[in-house]
Amino acid sequence: MFAEAPVTAPPYLATLLWLAPLPPLVAFALIALFFNRYKQLSATIAVVSMLASTVISFIVFFNVWQLKDLGKAPIRSTFPWLPTGDTVLNIGVGVDPLGATFLFMVPLACSLIFIYSTGYMAGDPYYSRFFAYLSLFGGSMMGLVVSDNLLTLFIFWELMGFCSYSLIGFFFRKPSAYRAAVKAFMTTRVGDMLLLLGMAYLYTQTGTLSFHEILHNEEVLTRLAETQSAFGLSAAAAIALLIFGGTVGKSAQWPLHVWLPDAMEGPTPVSAMIHAATMVSAGVFMLLRFFPLLQAAGEHNTAFLVVALIGAFTAFMGATIAVAQYDIKRVLAFSTISQLGFMVAATGIGAYVAAAFHLLTHAFFKALLFLASGSVIHGVEHGHHHVSHAAHGNHGSHAAHSNEEHDGHSMHSDASHAHDFDPQDMRNMGGLARRMPITFATFLIGGAALAGFPFITAGFWSKDEIFADAYYHGLVKGDGLATLVFVLLVLSALMTAFYTTRQIVMTFLGQPRTEAAAHAEESAPSMTFPLIVLSVFALFIGFINIPKDFPVFGALMGDGAFWLKNYLASMLLEKPEAPPFNAVPVLFSIAVALGGIALGYAAYGVRPLTAGQTDPVERLPFFKFLHNRWYWDDLYRIIFVRPMQAIADRYTDVVDRGVIDRVLEGGYALGARVTKSFAEFDRVVITGFSDTVGRIFRAAGDWVRDLQTGQVQNYLLSSLAMALVIIVVFIFLFQ
Amino acid sequence: MVNFPILTLIMVAPLIGAAIILLLPKDRADAIKVVAAAASFVSMALAFVVFLAYDRTQGGFQFQEKVPWIPEFGISYHLGVDGFAAPQLLLTGIVMFSAVLVSWQVEDRPREFFAFLLLLVAGVFGSFMALDLFLMLIFYELVLFPVYVLIAGWGSKRREYAAMKLTIYLFVGSLVAIIGILALYFQAGNSFNFFDLKDGVAKLPNSVEVQRTWFLPVFVGFGVLASLWPLHNWSPDGYAAAPTAVSMLHGGVLKATGAYCALRFGVQIMPQGASYWMPVVVFFAMAGLIYAALIAFRQTDLKYIIGFSSVSHLGLVLLGIAALNEYGLNGAGLELFAGGVMTGLMFALVGMIYERSHRRDLTELSGLGRVMPLAGVGFVIGALTLMGMPGLPGFPAEVQIFMGLWSASTTPSQMFPGATNGWYAVVAVAGILAVVINAAWTLRVAQRVYFSEPQHPELLSLPGLTPLEKVAIGLMCGVLIVVGVLPNTVMSAIAAGVQTIVQGFATAS
Repeated sequence: MFAEAPVTAPPYLATLLWLAPLPPLVAFALIALFFNRYKQLSATIAVVSMLASTVISFIVFFNVWQLKDLGKAPIRSTFPWLPTGDTVLNIGVGVDPLGATFLFMVPLACSLIFIYSTGYMAGDPYYSRFFAYLSLFGGSMMGLVVSDNLLTLFIFWELMGFCSYSLIGFFFRKPSAYRAAVKAFMTTRVGDMLLLLGMAYLYTQTGTLSFHEILHNEEVLTRLAETQSAFGLSAAAAIALLIFGGTVGKSAQWPLHVWLPDAMEGPTPVSAMIHAATMVSAGVFMLLRFFPLLQAAGEHNTAFLVVALIGAFTAFMGATIAVAQYDIKRVLAFSTISQLGFMVAATGIGAYVAAAFHLLTHAFFKALLFLASGSVIHGVEHGHHHVSHAAHGNHGSHAAHSNEEHDGHSMHSDASHAHDFDPQDMRNMGGLARRMPITFATFLIGGAALAGFPFITAGFWSKDEIFADAYYHGLVKGDGLATLVFVLLVLSALMTAFYTTRQIVMTFLGQPRTEAAAHAEESAPSMTFPLIVLSVFALFIGFINIPKDFPVFGALMGDGAFWLKNYLASMLLEKPEAPPFNAVPVLFSIAVALGGIALGYAAYGVRPLTAGQTDPVERLPFFKFLHNRWYWDDLYRIIFVRPMQAIADRYTDVVDRGVIDRVLEGGYALGARVTKSFAEFDRVVITGFSDTVGRIFRAAGDWVRDLQTGQVQNYLLSSLAMALVIIVVFIFLFQ
Repeated sequence: MVNFPILTLIMVAPLIGAAIILLLPKDRADAIKVVAAAASFVSMALAFVVFLAYDRTQGGFQFQEKVPWIPEFGISYHLGVDGFAAPQLLLTGIVMFSAVLVSWQVEDRPREFFAFLLLLVAGVFGSFMALDLFLMLIFYELVLFPVYVLIAGWGSKRREYAAMKLTIYLFVGSLVAIIGILALYFQAGNSFNFFDLKDGVAKLPNSVEVQRTWFLPVFVGFGVLASLWPLHNWSPDGYAAAPTAVSMLHGGVLKATGAYCALRFGVQIMPQGASYWMPVVVFFAMAGLIYAALIAFRQTDLKYIIGFSSVSHLGLVLLGIAALNEYGLNGAGLELFAGGVMTGLMFALVGMIYERSHRRDLTELSGLGRVMPLAGVGFVIGALTLMGMPGLPGFPAEVQIFMGLWSASTTPSQMFPGATNGWYAVVAVAGILAVVINAAWTLRVAQRVYFSEPQHPELLSLPGLTPLEKVAIGLMCGVLIVVGVLPNTVMSAIAAGVQTIVQGFATAS
């Protein structure tokens, strides 16, 4: 697949890199400043700008995707932004193999989500504002992907945090949405600040923040590895851990995972953006960027250990929680947390390529699943309105009520409308396959990819790659950590297949359990078209990294096998070692996927739930524990939020008023008494000090009193005049 | 003296303005305001000229004016600015001009009000440019008096208590600083000249002991004005009571004077004392930062909240100064500028609400974004500056401050020979948490006040912003955005000033 003749990059690519994130950012400014009253125009500007960005990115991608040594000499362009003493902080763009693969995925996924949003948000009163934020969101992610250094990355990283806050809280009349927005912003910000510290540390150690100059530079890496830091860590490990803190926040890893499930309070396209193309991907993307730093810290170093354990634990925890959720988006949210855990764990055991591969495939199938679930919710809401309007004998024009029901703002907040009906609760669904065939088919494909259905889905190949690495390092080479990771991930994969099956069956199969589900309608083409495109990728994107020795498929791919691995190889100083083909992890991978699906089908598919019937998972002994998300949120409320509020509430009274003011007032009173008793005794002290103080205050009091009588200006004027005269004399006489 | 005395003009313009105002009949309210605006505009424009003309490649003190005054006491009329001070002059000009614009509605004795305001700002300008400590102290005290009168005469809630509390705190603080300065004066060669005093102190045979003894009085004395915790208590009470323009100037600019003087006359004259005591000072700076963020998080009185935000912003500045290295001081300088504009902006916005509705409690406000959308945007820009969002100047400032703390953590400790100041890393982590908390309360306030569903229909009929108010908001927001996107506009000057300061550290040790 690599051309024999050396392929060189055309010189205009650097310019294109600067341009890539620009259209959506410009669109944001245009909509926010000029077109916020024109709904259709705003949406058009947003979609067109994202498509423009996609075209630019694709031109770059197809120019560099065959450059074998791009990682050794990435295309870069920077300008100095802020000098700090001897060194300068730069703003810059660049593309290396890792960035190039993302330049393919991110704009494509974003464009599809934008197109989908034109249909999904139709009728919303804040339609323009939505597209403004969405553009800023997309533009920021594009900027993050083309960043050449950590500073630039951090700038877009923070911008994205702000966008996510605005978009999660988009239905601002709904208190839960606003709370979720603040929670998301605050939780990720804890991670961001660790990242900022890591950045400060890195810069003070190396004098640069450029990815290439630090991470592709043996000398710098060795120096960082040899510098000692606190807690027996090397500087490399300490910096890597601080930076990983940013990933933990942004990519929703335990213990900062709590914001992601609540983030689905935002409109569904936003969930798709956050869960697939942008936010959470950014975290792992950055972790992968800093993989050489982890490596430099040495094999089995603390940083690797922490990354692997947090990833594996999160993967397992997320999967268990997803099993016991009823909300269709909440299941997907926890599956995102779990799948991100897969990637982080893979990074932690050194499986760099596998992690990047899974990140890419996951972005496609998770975007698909979220958009499809949005289509489901849309359909069910439609059915619900149909039913409730019919029940109330309201035969208003279709246009009128369709307008209202698409209005997320009134829909979600209008109490009279609620009837306690939750269009996202899977117990209210069932039998949707017949009503919404396209949504069903695409959801099925996305679900199969998530479950890792063998051979024909992308999810299988990327997950298999992680298993192969974990198995090789753990059970073949005897590394205990990798073995633990392997076991936890296999269990998680089994649960993943199970809950995905549960979700598909509960939503689409059997008989409708509510009237709303029975009257659901398929969504508009603007929504189903992106679903179809994403399904294609969810099926076939896995073929970019088929193992060379994999039976049948490896041979079929020929030179194309391991494209991603070969392409990313130049990112690292030492070529990533591909584990030799081993049938055992593959069989595991097939077994857990099919086993989980079979279990799920046995529990749900054979005799589908009917209305009012208890869900079989409720019989699990830990159901309450799992359903309540391991009680992390409640724990945080008790150990962080409440004490902080209590301290803040009482601090002013106790410390400020109670101690500090009291001490100073006491000192003042004491001083006053002392001076008084000394007054008779020592006139010199009094005149020298306290009389002056007293006189000044007395004078001040008099002046204020005078002020009220209006005479003070005379004094003021005369003193001012004197001051002026003195100054004038100074200037002109002493020259 | 050959040069055009531009610094003197900057300082004198408000005095001339005040004089003209007092000559005007008191019923000519509009003329009074126009004069006040014109005088502050002249100062701002001249400060901008100084800021632009300051030669960044040369560094050091420029635009110096020196005239002997009382030679037998070593006192002279000596002005000059370095790269650190030049942006602060510009800051003072911007905040003052905006403060006059948003005070257009003052109808209660406007003549006295604007005269005192101009007097106050002349003192602030003078403190930033005085290179003679005696002169500087005169300017410094010149500031305190108008503040007292303005709060007691034009303030709101508990104004007399607040004015007295503020004045006593600051006055006692300045007395402590004066004692320290006098001690240095008598020991090191009877000169109030900044350079002479600095060299004199450095050349003393027992220089290290002298510096270690007298550093704290000088630094803490000025630190009171920079609301150094736990001596910050005057600040929220004072700001809550003060009229808008005074809160703006005091929170945005005057506090900066405190930090500036603490740096110039504490740290720069006594670098050895600074490196001995800073690990202690840094604790108080951090405590103030966290404390203020926590209180702001729970307070409901808007003016108190903004008052605490200014304590928090000064906490960041003091952290940067306490790092005692190039990164930290660069960050502190930029934070002084950025935070000053931010504080001025926030107080102006709160004032606009209070004047219209006579409300300033969060629970009584909602949906004001509909009445004054630009104010909502302004508040968000201020909030994002405070929380260090990239694109606004709080970000480059905070990055550098934390870089400074981080590199300070490897320096050897003076107080405990043999140990390092590893403690600074802990301070960095704790300080950064305060930045997170700041994000929480600013979001809460922005949401509640501007972007919530209107729950108080009576608020919807309030008048919108006046053109002058829009100009003031636009000016301050514009400055924040320009400096945020291109921080080097200000940083190049600050860095030039800091370089000299840091070289002073190197020669001292």
